[in-house]
Amino acid sequence: MKQVAGLISTYSSDEFGICSALYELGGMVVMHDASGCNSTYTTHDEPRWYEVDSMIYISAISEMEAIMGDDDKLIGDLVETAGELHPGFIAVVGAPIPYMIGTDLGAIAAITEKRTGIPCFGFSANGMQNYTKGISMALEKIVERFCIREIAGTKNLSVNIIGATPLDFSVNGSVDSIKEWIQEQGMEVGACFAMGSTMEEIEKAGQARVNLVVSYGGLAAAKKLKEIFGTPYVVGVPLGKAFAEYLGNAVKKAAETGECVIGYRDADICGEETVTGSLKSLAVIGESVYSASLAAAIRMECGIDARVFCPLDTEPELLREGDLLTPEEDDLMEHLPEAEGVIADPLYRPLCSENIKFYPLPHEAFSGRIYDAVNPDLVNRELRKVEVREC
Amino acid sequence: MDSSGAKVSIREANFPAPFQEGLEYSSPARGTWNIVHTGMLIPESHQIFVCAQGCLRGVVLTAAEMNAMGRYSAVAIREENVLDGTMEELMIEGVSDVLKKLSYRPKAVLLFISCQHFFLAYDQKGVFRTLRKRFPDIRFLDCYMIPTLRKSGLTPDQKMRIQLYSALEPMPQKLKKISLIGSNLPVSADSELVKLLQENGFELVQLQDCQSFDDYLHMAESSLNLFYEPLALMAAKDLEKRLGQKYLYLTFSFCYEELEENYRNLCEALQISIPDDWSVGLREKAELSLKRARDIIGDTPIAVDYSFTFRILSFTRMLLEHGFHVTEIYGDVFLPEEKEDFLWIQKHFPEIAVSSCIRPKMRYLNRKRDGKMLAVGQKAAYFTGTDHFVNVVESGGLYGYEGIVQIAGLMEDAFLHTKDRKSIIQRKGYGCESCI
Repeated sequence: MKQVAGLISTYSSDEFGICSALYELGGMVVMHDASGCNSTYTTHDEPRWYEVDSMIYISAISEMEAIMGDDDKLIGDLVETAGELHPGFIAVVGAPIPYMIGTDLGAIAAITEKRTGIPCFGFSANGMQNYTKGISMALEKIVERFCIREIAGTKNLSVNIIGATPLDFSVNGSVDSIKEWIQEQGMEVGACFAMGSTMEEIEKAGQARVNLVVSYGGLAAAKKLKEIFGTPYVVGVPLGKAFAEYLGNAVKKAAETGECVIGYRDADICGEETVTGSLKSLAVIGESVYSASLAAAIRMECGIDARVFCPLDTEPELLREGDLLTPEEDDLMEHLPEAEGVIADPLYRPLCSENIKFYPLPHEAFSGRIYDAVNPDLVNRELRKVEVREC
Repeated sequence: MDSSGAKVSIREANFPAPFQEGLEYSSPARGTWNIVHTGMLIPESHQIFVCAQGCLRGVVLTAAEMNAMGRYSAVAIREENVLDGTMEELMIEGVSDVLKKLSYRPKAVLLFISCQHFFLAYDQKGVFRTLRKRFPDIRFLDCYMIPTLRKSGLTPDQKMRIQLYSALEPMPQKLKKISLIGSNLPVSADSELVKLLQENGFELVQLQDCQSFDDYLHMAESSLNLFYEPLALMAAKDLEKRLGQKYLYLTFSFCYEELEENYRNLCEALQISIPDDWSVGLREKAELSLKRARDIIGDTPIAVDYSFTFRILSFTRMLLEHGFHVTEIYGDVFLPEEKEDFLWIQKHFPEIAVSSCIRPKMRYLNRKRDGKMLAVGQKAAYFTGTDHFVNVVESGGLYGYEGIVQIAGLMEDAFLHTKDRKSIIQRKGYGCESCI
């Protein structure tokens, strides 16, 4: 049945995707939700919480405030706290109860901005959508609101990374590896939306010659950058060695042609079938861009067909022929038996029968912090040499 | 950054809530239990949460981290259920689908509903009636994850404690069987409370001892329910009303006179007599332990927090009366029964600082102290940045004189040895299994 997770975990939600995307940018992010609900995000979805200070708070809405529509309480608290902490911006994030009572977060943001003089925006999250949507709306808003319009492009080929959050990339060094890979390709690293870059760097994102979209959450921002600055984007994560090299060339080509490319959809990747392992077909379960990149990398390096089962929101253009949207547990139960092997977060294991070879690949947005210590960095590495660690 | 509004000397602090309400911060100290941990205490039960995705996230990973995914399932509320009024159908069919998928048949299902259900005014009676009819061999317990309603009537923690025993049904009572209810952690087997009961031929049962659902059901045989957490009062009253079990509140105090009073009341309730000097040796042992700890710890500053014990002011007062140098208390609201201790500390040690754990500034106030610091409780350890800390939450079952002896020992040990603060305090549900 739809909406039932009888055996598996639940993905992080839109509220938390917004928090994750904005975490390092110097703003104050306030979930308009009940007391304690922030600890879900800070405990399970935010591996930076202990070491990196950030203004992530909750409004602690109560029943009476909800029933009476007491927006003044929230506005007063936002103004008071902003006066104490001086954030670079304020983001008010919706949740299930504000959604149900029709809270006008845009109006609350406008009033707060007027009173504080600090840029403030509301996000119509409702806690009932995937984190990918949250990342998407947050990064798009950052581009819209903060990127400097009148800015000259760089002389060298500089590349922004769009859509990097710990929810998809953990804190296992993957994002740093992407930056190293860009440099290795003879290109320059621009801004990273949004891990490891300051707001000042992000404001100058219009300088870059190409935007590398590393998750579905980055696509809307990349499209907005294309609209504003004309910057082309390339979609893909440089996983494995062969695909990383291939993707590097795609980025360089995009810089020349100005055309946007889905890096893993190119027919060249498929080539002639050269199955070298014992497996003939694999399923990769996960976020569309990462999983499709991994599938392409496996195809190129190991000669194994890998099909993506995507349980999350995505655009049809981000999937390849044969890939499937599998938003429900039942969808996976139906299709997984078709695969000989499965690459997925360890919390998907209960869906796999014993005769399916299971390769655990932790995904923070699904299993949270549980497997942080064993989550491998696959960026620009020979896949055969990556140790699959027990989860 | 100045600390105004987040830290105050106890002289200037208001009781019971020293700080203004507003936006809230959540520190990484996560050792206290939540409703998933508590619900898992019922053997052979399965939890099903019907909530929005964001709400499910915290509970599913609680279950996963305690290696209990096999006893947890979820039904996600989506926008259409809110807009179309299909909540009842979603719950009935969703729960049925979960039960079909499970590889075992649970004896009970703890079916958790969320804040959204209350705002939708869905037909709860109808849902549970249908489920009970469809699955007559399973007991369905209505449970609540409703933080939005935390200020409306009973708190979610109080409700959880009521529902935890709601599957108990009347059974013939046994005079010599007594339950200790309402605590997440079992009372220490070394406590004189346990020994007193055993020596007088009473069987003490706690949920934590139950190996099977049948064991759990037999808690209904107890003739008396003891509890020492104020949160369990409504659960005790409910059991008295439904099963005719009497109850007795034994305050979790660190004051000898209050402990004496508790034991007098207990003996009266059980109709047992103990010698007048029964507790003399126990008191002496507690005193010696505290003296020894004081000699070792000396004038080292001590910070305490409410996650260590819900009677944090009683505990602080005991330390101060025994010469310990308590400098900081962390807590945002104190229990009504702490008022006397609050006033005592205010009068005798007015400079002690009271700090919030949730005010937004707490994210940025200095988390390092000059020199060695001893913390009692995870939050105090986090906010003062010390690796010398006592890692106990929710009083740890350390009840009575023996509890004081054990706490003194733990303080001594924490003073002498460091712990891996970052790793330890981020684990959820102290005392539960954890894969973190």
